[in-house]
Amino acid sequence: MYNETNTSTYSRGNGIPKEDGVDERRITVTVNGERRVVEVEPRLLLAHLLREGLALRGTHLGCDTTNCGACTVLVDGTPVKACTMLAVQADGHEVTTVEGLGTPSELDPVQEGFTVEHGLQCGFCTPGMMLTAKALLERNPDPTEEDVRWALSGNLCRCTGYQNIVKSVLWAAEKQKGAVA
Amino acid sequence: MTALDEVKIGGLGSSRLRVEDNRFIRGRGNYTDDITLPGMLHMEILRSPLAHARITSIDTSKAWEIPGVRMVLTGEMMAQRNLAWMPTLSYDTQAVLATDKVRFQGQEVCVVVADDPYIAKDGCEAIVVEYEPLPPIVSPEQSMAPDAPLIRDDKEGQHDNTCYRWEVGDREATERAFAGADAVSRLKLHYPRSHPSPIECCGSIADYNPATQKLTVYMTTQAPHIIRAAVALVAELPEHMIRIVSPDIGGGFGNKVPVYPGYVAAILCSILLGRPVKWIEDKSGNLISTGFGRDMYLDSEMALRSDGKILAVRFSADTDQGAFFADAQPSKFKIGLLHSAFACYDIPTGYISARGHYTNKAPGGVAYRCSFRVTEAMFFQERMVQAAAVDLGMDQAEIRRRNLLRDDQFPHRTAFGFLVDSGQYGKCLQLGLDAIGYQDFKHEQEEARKRGRRLGIGISTMTEPLGAGNSREYDILGIKMFDSAELRVHMTGKAILRTGAKTQGQGHETTWAQIVSHELGIPAADVIVEEGDTDTAPFGMGTYASRSTPVAGAAVAMVSRKIRAKARKLAAHLLEVSEEDVEWELGRFFVRGAPDRGATIQECAMAAYSNMPDGMEPGLENNAYYDPPNLTWPFACYIATVEVDPETGVWDVMRLVAVDDCGVRINPMVVEGQIMGGLTEAYAMSNMQFQTYDAEGNMVGSNYMDYLLPTSWETPGFELHEVTTPCPHHPIGAKGVGECAAVGGPAAFVNAVMNALEDTGVRNIDMPLLPDRVWQALQDGQDVSGAPPVRND
Repeated sequence: MYNETNTSTYSRGNGIPKEDGVDERRITVTVNGERRVVEVEPRLLLAHLLREGLALRGTHLGCDTTNCGACTVLVDGTPVKACTMLAVQADGHEVTTVEGLGTPSELDPVQEGFTVEHGLQCGFCTPGMMLTAKALLERNPDPTEEDVRWALSGNLCRCTGYQNIVKSVLWAAEKQKGAVA
Repeated sequence: MTALDEVKIGGLGSSRLRVEDNRFIRGRGNYTDDITLPGMLHMEILRSPLAHARITSIDTSKAWEIPGVRMVLTGEMMAQRNLAWMPTLSYDTQAVLATDKVRFQGQEVCVVVADDPYIAKDGCEAIVVEYEPLPPIVSPEQSMAPDAPLIRDDKEGQHDNTCYRWEVGDREATERAFAGADAVSRLKLHYPRSHPSPIECCGSIADYNPATQKLTVYMTTQAPHIIRAAVALVAELPEHMIRIVSPDIGGGFGNKVPVYPGYVAAILCSILLGRPVKWIEDKSGNLISTGFGRDMYLDSEMALRSDGKILAVRFSADTDQGAFFADAQPSKFKIGLLHSAFACYDIPTGYISARGHYTNKAPGGVAYRCSFRVTEAMFFQERMVQAAAVDLGMDQAEIRRRNLLRDDQFPHRTAFGFLVDSGQYGKCLQLGLDAIGYQDFKHEQEEARKRGRRLGIGISTMTEPLGAGNSREYDILGIKMFDSAELRVHMTGKAILRTGAKTQGQGHETTWAQIVSHELGIPAADVIVEEGDTDTAPFGMGTYASRSTPVAGAAVAMVSRKIRAKARKLAAHLLEVSEEDVEWELGRFFVRGAPDRGATIQECAMAAYSNMPDGMEPGLENNAYYDPPNLTWPFACYIATVEVDPETGVWDVMRLVAVDDCGVRINPMVVEGQIMGGLTEAYAMSNMQFQTYDAEGNMVGSNYMDYLLPTSWETPGFELHEVTTPCPHHPIGAKGVGECAAVGGPAAFVNAVMNALEDTGVRNIDMPLLPDRVWQALQDGQDVSGAPPVRND
């Protein structure tokens, strides 16, 4: 499926030698600020490259059809559902996953907002929700509740009923403005 | 020295932020699909495209030729190992991989194991299966037809498509009550088939180690110990050599209770190959083959006195079970707790008969965000009550006031045998009516009507039987429904707690620690909670049907009290007084009459390892198995206001007021989160979310493009209120709550829309209230019944 150049001579993460005749393409993707050069099958989905190839398992697969948004990542800052984008389409682009939000010692305001406002329960949709919210706040630092509801309408949550997710994003907006201590 | 402030240490009533969040917001959760084991292979399932067909041949040769394919398993190969069929949780059998024929679209036919999931999918595509189509049965009506083909010809003694019959109540007394009634109100209803559809699908990694002969299965299960028992029985492996690990779960809602063929096939493949085998379902597989909820038809009658007093209820229910009777429910009750209907009302008598039907549809009938079949019970109840009010020309709040149990009637034995033990129903209803501004709204509604606008208001009041056992009445496959907790306090007063429940977003890691904190005064932050690993957790029945707080939560309180009892002995030793002279305040023992002389719980813990009295067993740990004396009975009042657009049939929610009485709230923030989640599912079911089948047995609703779930854009805002009536038998007074809103909510929305249409003569539109159905009802002035038809044009 994938092969990270100069790190492994095997094509599959489980140590199975690459089959002869499998067509692979070399791509360069900047993931969470780090340049990665990998060889991938053309049919490999971006979500699988991130999860299996690069071991960034915070990107979740929910519906396989671009509906639920659990796999949302940012490609050049724009929310994209990684379950229906091919890895080769990310060649030359910058990808941000949930692992790229905040730092180990300092959370992104969006992450903090989701905790403070109880914006998650099972946590499965949360990475995608947060990345969509992050992109919203980048282009609109002062959204209304309606703005937030519209921006998040491509991400499904089955646990929370959204009300606290909306509050989480509004909390993050306030925090970014310096209004929340 | 003053006692600890319980809220400050994260005890009962503290809206403590969730400890599990920290990993989820960093993308560091550990869901089943996140686990990778050395040498792991990947399994995919080939499913039947047809609803009912005989398998004439299966050719797997092309699949075996694909490089990277390690195993192709057919039903025949399963049968050679006596694994082609497995028991369901309702004493039926279910095909693991089909041998003779397929009985629903999406049924498991073959599996392919390969080096990666892409190759496994390639393998499935290379298998050629030839089918001889049989006529599909897609409704109970077709199922009952005299010439209907027999779906379950595999079962000895099965001569028709009936899978069970069940009845409860007093038929004769009910008939007498109807004979003496001033009026009889009738209503036919359908609760459509719906799928719990957690965002994370089902999956597992079976890891059989040939060297140790131990089988470890990481899997998406709400009930790991039940799975261990089932695997021991089905696969005939010794129970102590089976370890089930349920890691983080991306939502369950009842969908992750049953045993599914994929789990069993992955286990066999791992045993055959001696390597870990991962199976992760895709969304379509999840929606077309795993446990659905509802799909029940009801024919109901209510005997009424002219002043609105309900004298008796009588109804017959028909359930569409699909191809296998796979309800996850207590064994004794074939239609779950449907007979909890009307438990919140003072109804002298009633009679229910029920019949289950095999059809060529996916099996299930799981408790989708409810105690077993209670969602149907409460929806039918509240629709019947509203229809009765309309028939009598009564106000819908008034008819409830006249029939709801009064505070002085508890404990109350219902007509169907339940003991409802506590509540303040009238207060909850009034609080809801005041919050929504009932009289003002009715005035607004009248004024709006004059300007051609259709507003409506709907009420739903209900209690829900939550927290099965007791073990006398409730078991699954003979295993009694109790639960457990095990608490180990380390020498520095920090602790680890394990329970037999399994959180899927409910926040047990946060709230269980709060119960320990309440009982022992150990700060919640000092207690770590672990669940889901059968090698370490005490035996329990798992988390579903809102049973965690009522049963496992009670066990947490009880084990904490055992710890406190031992700590008291240690305190007496440390304080050099007799045990009788030691008193307790939160977090500390002290000498009676000399409150300054004390020992904290932490000091007692240290003594348990370093300074115990002669003859005392060292250490400070214990466990508790809790068998509840009764179910818990939360109450809720949900009131919705809507506006229906007569031009399009679209209806919008104006407001939704929720009043929940779930007893003592451990963590109010978490409780409110549960209620809002439930209200959203209620809105979904009333408005858009359903699965149906066309005449050929093709499922409509097999992916998220057809199966509509509400987004942040459609979902209304919710206004929450609370009343607290502590549960009289639960150690900390708590009741179940996780599902009340999903159970009681749908009727509030439907009643509101029907209220907006009341002058048109339309008495009922079955869910979902899609715009075209509402519009059609408005055009014709007639009811719209059954599942929405599938148009094949």
